[in-house]
Amino acid sequence: MQQLMMGNEACALGAAAAGCNFFAGYPISPSSEIMEWMSRLLPVRGGVFVQMEDEIASIGAVIGASWTGAKAMTATSGPGFTLMQENIGYASMTETPCVIIDAQRVGPSTGMPTMPAQGDVIQARYGSHGDRAAIVLTASTVLDTYTMTVEAFNLSERYRQPVVLLLDAMLCHMRENVTVPDLEVIDRARPASLDGFEPFAGEEFLAFGDGARLIVTGLTHDEAGYQRASNGDTGERMMRRVLHRLERDAEVITHTRQESLEDATLVLIAYGITARAARSAVHKLRAEGVSAGLLELLTLWPFPERLIASVAQRAQTLLVPELNLGQVELLVRAAAGGTPVVALGRMDGSLLKPEEIVAKAHEALTNAEATI
Amino acid sequence: MKSGPDLRQYLRQESMPNVWCPGCGHGSVMAALTRAFDNLQLDLDQTVVVGGIGCASRMPFFLNTNGMHTTHGRALAFATGVKLASPDLNVITVMGDGDALSIGGNHLIHACRRNIDLTALILNNGIYGMTGGQLAPTTPQGFRSTTSSLGSIEVPFDAVDLALAAGATYVARTTTFDFEEIPALIETAIKHPGFALVEILSQCPTYFGRLNRLGDGRALLDYERDSTAPQEEITREQLVGRFSVGVFREEIRPEYTRRYAALLERARRDGNA
Repeated sequence: MQQLMMGNEACALGAAAAGCNFFAGYPISPSSEIMEWMSRLLPVRGGVFVQMEDEIASIGAVIGASWTGAKAMTATSGPGFTLMQENIGYASMTETPCVIIDAQRVGPSTGMPTMPAQGDVIQARYGSHGDRAAIVLTASTVLDTYTMTVEAFNLSERYRQPVVLLLDAMLCHMRENVTVPDLEVIDRARPASLDGFEPFAGEEFLAFGDGARLIVTGLTHDEAGYQRASNGDTGERMMRRVLHRLERDAEVITHTRQESLEDATLVLIAYGITARAARSAVHKLRAEGVSAGLLELLTLWPFPERLIASVAQRAQTLLVPELNLGQVELLVRAAAGGTPVVALGRMDGSLLKPEEIVAKAHEALTNAEATI
Repeated sequence: MKSGPDLRQYLRQESMPNVWCPGCGHGSVMAALTRAFDNLQLDLDQTVVVGGIGCASRMPFFLNTNGMHTTHGRALAFATGVKLASPDLNVITVMGDGDALSIGGNHLIHACRRNIDLTALILNNGIYGMTGGQLAPTTPQGFRSTTSSLGSIEVPFDAVDLALAAGATYVARTTTFDFEEIPALIETAIKHPGFALVEILSQCPTYFGRLNRLGDGRALLDYERDSTAPQEEITREQLVGRFSVGVFREEIRPEYTRRYAALLERARRDGNA
């Protein structure tokens, strides 16, 4: 059955379908409808909804709830996302499954409340101090918003890490027809036995009250959870362990959509709301006889650099349209080898139009010919 | 001599030695807490002790319960999530004065306001110990710290006044000098069905004592004795640089997780989504 729904509504329904039973949040546009929906969805399902005093408390409560076994989520936007960064680092350090929705708006600071932007890409990966593992997803349709919320929960449960889903003001408030799919739901693995169980040795998770007396700390710790803050080897080993876990399964975590890439000499690399305009631009360029293709990234981190390297090998030019001044362009450039990378960025609160992308593509192709 | 219960079972031997300096009062509070555990025969598997960051907040490491050592100032936010998601757990937060009253002040007033069934221990030594003796929101006026070498001109927070105004339903204050009183206050706080705050004045000889020429841990206990009086024996005008001690409020008001359970029951009956 088709339902007309808003991006934020789809996100909340996706969370409920994924088994989310704890939500803590604080009002901020353009994410607030997610919280409003969760306040209606959770009580009838026996879950917990709480409006906290700020975003720092929201993510703190989410992490606390997760350690009792709850599937917990918060939703916010740029300024709130920035406030959450310390505790997101804590969630990563303590291998706590949880989901953070960030509805991006134009920054820095209060910026343009609430016009769409894609300026939180690097923050989502590196916003917290120190090196850490990170999974960051995005979405370009209302249906995606639903499925990627479910995927965010699945990956957080599977890999015991905070997972960030980046939306934007336009997608959050856009309405589309959605046929709600039936999706697989993954729950965190429990240890087979408490005998010799080490809470930070693997992917199995034990909650408070499950019979062990756990120690959870943001200090560098060993597999048993004891702080080893003076032991640098342990700190690096524990962090590399989680990084390796994501690297090992990068193929499973990395979702992309590929269109007309086989013979593409001009490849657009886009994500989120901008991928829609990029797709339309590819169709226009093809109609003009230009061999254009689209690589849409649904997973931003781990960044699919090997895939981009192989696409870049076959292409003559890569074009990266995005609603920031070059955050993913920088990453593409690092992966592209010698293939020229052209940026098309803006941070004025407007979306990129297909015609603008087409014009930039022509400019890039002309420049490429001139240099040959 | 009467032999007491073996309280070592409440301590996590793997985490010893603890981090506290010789003469520090925090060990006394931990000893009192283990006595309270013993008197209540608390189920340690079903107990979570949550700390923030700082000397006092290290206590979760040394107790043989579940422990959560969180971020600076945020112990009550994490604890609120633990308690709401799993109301049957006993949740006790242990914070320092900087943790609870400065960086975590917002979470403290809102936990009081919700009247959520958490026990909050604030170990107030009037200074930032772990970072090396800086001014705290509790440092008395005129007292020295490494960031107020000419004497503090700041007006200190009174944790009890703050908690009373914000709606906590059990509020008490004592000192490590009055060690024998602490276990009973903590027991009452743990049993209290609502937000229970116990502030314990604790001594920091390394910084507070040394920088203010008040002497060692033993001398600081005398300072605690001399700067406190039972609430009924002291007027507000006499409270500058001094503290009233005792139980300031003990009343029953609807508690947050029970209010939430009632809301769930209504939602189940009526349904609104």
